[in-house]
Amino acid sequence: MSTSRGTKIALSIFAIIVFGFVYIPLSVVLINSFNAGETLSWPPSGLSIKWWQRAIDNEGVREAIVTSVILGLIATAIALVLGTLASLALSRFRFFGQDAISLLIILPIALPGIVTGIALNNVFTSYLGGLTFLTLIIGHATFTIVVIYNNALARLRRTGSSLDDASADLGAGPWTTFRLVTFPLMRSALIAGSVLAFGLSFDEIIVTTFTAGPGITTLPIWIYQNLFRPTQAPIVNVVAAALVLISILPIYVAQKLSSDSERGGGIM
Amino acid sequence: MVNPVAISLRGLTRRFGDVVAVNSIDLDVLHGEFLSLLGPSGSGKTTVLRMIAGFERPDAGTIELAGTDVTMTAPYARDVNTVFQDYALFPHMTVAENVQYGLRVKKVAKAERVERAQAALASVRLADYEDRKPAQLSGGQRQRVALARALVNRPKVLLLDEPLGALDLKLREQMQVELKEIQREVGITFVFVTHDQDEALTMSDRIVVINEGRIEQIGTPTEVYEHPATAFVAGFVGISNLLDPVTAEQVIGRPGTWSVRPEKIHVHLSGESAPAGHHCLNGTVREVIYVGMSTRFVVDLPAGGSLMAVRQNSEGSTDLGHLRGQSVGLSWDERYEYQVADRI
Ligand SMILES: Nc1ncnc2c1ncn2[C@@H]1O[C@H](COP(=O)(O)OP(=O)(O)O)[C@@H](O)[C@H]1O
Ligand SMILES: [Mg+2]
Repeated sequence: MSTSRGTKIALSIFAIIVFGFVYIPLSVVLINSFNAGETLSWPPSGLSIKWWQRAIDNEGVREAIVTSVILGLIATAIALVLGTLASLALSRFRFFGQDAISLLIILPIALPGIVTGIALNNVFTSYLGGLTFLTLIIGHATFTIVVIYNNALARLRRTGSSLDDASADLGAGPWTTFRLVTFPLMRSALIAGSVLAFGLSFDEIIVTTFTAGPGITTLPIWIYQNLFRPTQAPIVNVVAAALVLISILPIYVAQKLSSDSERGGGIM
Repeated sequence: MVNPVAISLRGLTRRFGDVVAVNSIDLDVLHGEFLSLLGPSGSGKTTVLRMIAGFERPDAGTIELAGTDVTMTAPYARDVNTVFQDYALFPHMTVAENVQYGLRVKKVAKAERVERAQAALASVRLADYEDRKPAQLSGGQRQRVALARALVNRPKVLLLDEPLGALDLKLREQMQVELKEIQREVGITFVFVTHDQDEALTMSDRIVVINEGRIEQIGTPTEVYEHPATAFVAGFVGISNLLDPVTAEQVIGRPGTWSVRPEKIHVHLSGESAPAGHHCLNGTVREVIYVGMSTRFVVDLPAGGSLMAVRQNSEGSTDLGHLRGQSVGLSWDERYEYQVADRI
């Protein structure tokens, strides 16, 4: 297909506008984090790292980061185990109600977070004795599982079951087959899924609001609480800038993994 | 004395929903035999093989390997190996790791396993490819790795599901010869699935012709080709050449459907008479097809239907196109005519 010159120019302009909308604000955040002024006046009167210094010294920020990292790691670990098992069960065995279960696993990511949040909140507060860090982890697991499950299932469908058959044919029992064939071929999909799941958990705010026990502050919640306090605004800005920089790495890793496995190699 | 039967199937049946993929099959495969399952696509060949390997559970019937009932035994506990239609090589392992896999899971010592894998790869002429990944091999090379991966385990029975299906004609013919040689050398029982009648005829000790999940005929290549038991076999193996009951009654003088192979039929120009002991009839040449080594005649019969006759182009000028539309006589030695059943 060939596109006319006019179409090309129009598409280019459109692309530039889209990029502008996304990346100009991000750049402003990054530059502002080095703003030397007491208020974030634009353009910056000079550059300094004093706001970075103050953010690092801020106990609230440090605690929120630790909370979010622990929460993300545990929610991802749970999802890794349960999501992988679910994908194996649904791709390698046939049983009654298979499609219904598949739908039930995927549903939480399609439901608005506020619905999941309210539902979980009701159950936790009415029947399970209130909100804690554990209820927060369960809340996050509802959507991290979906991510791992989807990634793993897509990989399992693509590799098919004939390699499992070949392994059994050569004398390997089910566990050996999983260890030597199924898992190595799933590994890159699981890593990509984990990065994505951790990322989703790390910046989740709605389900968190409804399921976190009292006094538990994740980083997004901290940012939300401090965003409108003028004295804290520059620190929030630094945290946002740091998150931009930190996010680039896992996204790069996830993209590299999925494109590698598309080429048929997989990560060994 | 050892049991001469390597595989014994009794009343083997498998249904998928309404489809009866395999319908009550009885079959004995002998030790060291090269047995082909020949049938059209969808006739149930793969399903039979998968039941012998253990990937598919039969709905009815039993499977014995060397006299032991394995109907309910898991695939990894059966002493058979399979060469899969799509080869199913492990993409994350090198060629050497693929070939060693069966020995590795059976805890064979590393030194022995390396040595045996090298020998197996040498026997399929892939000694220099140990460190490659399957993705870096051609179709024919992958096929040979799959073969080496199975043979290295020295199974009593090797199951092969259309292993040459993905190869082009030249390579295919070359691999047919090699496979047959390997089978003779190692003396393993081969159960070879194919839908290609030439392949089955050239390679097999015995052929099992399957249609719609049932066995139509079991026999040596000569038996199956020269004495097709059913109209299906006559049509599927070789070129279908059937005499309908009306024509058969006139020419042979007996009822039923009869079959004569095209190369047994002589074409006479008008006036020549057929030798004694031959059956003959007249017809009109519809087509003359030159196929290099031979020429095929399609001759319409007066009572309807047609016969094909093949003539070797062993003499000089062989352009016989001028016979089109002419009346000719057809004759064949009555020893070469066979009555076929619609189904046994
Ligand atoms: N897993 C399956 N599910 C449903 N139908 C199947 C399955 N496997 C085979 N069949 C059906 O069983 C019949 C025989 O298939 P198969 O054994 O693959 O034939 P062949 O190998 O001779 O081509 C076909 O009609 C096919 O559609
Ligand atoms: Mg098949």
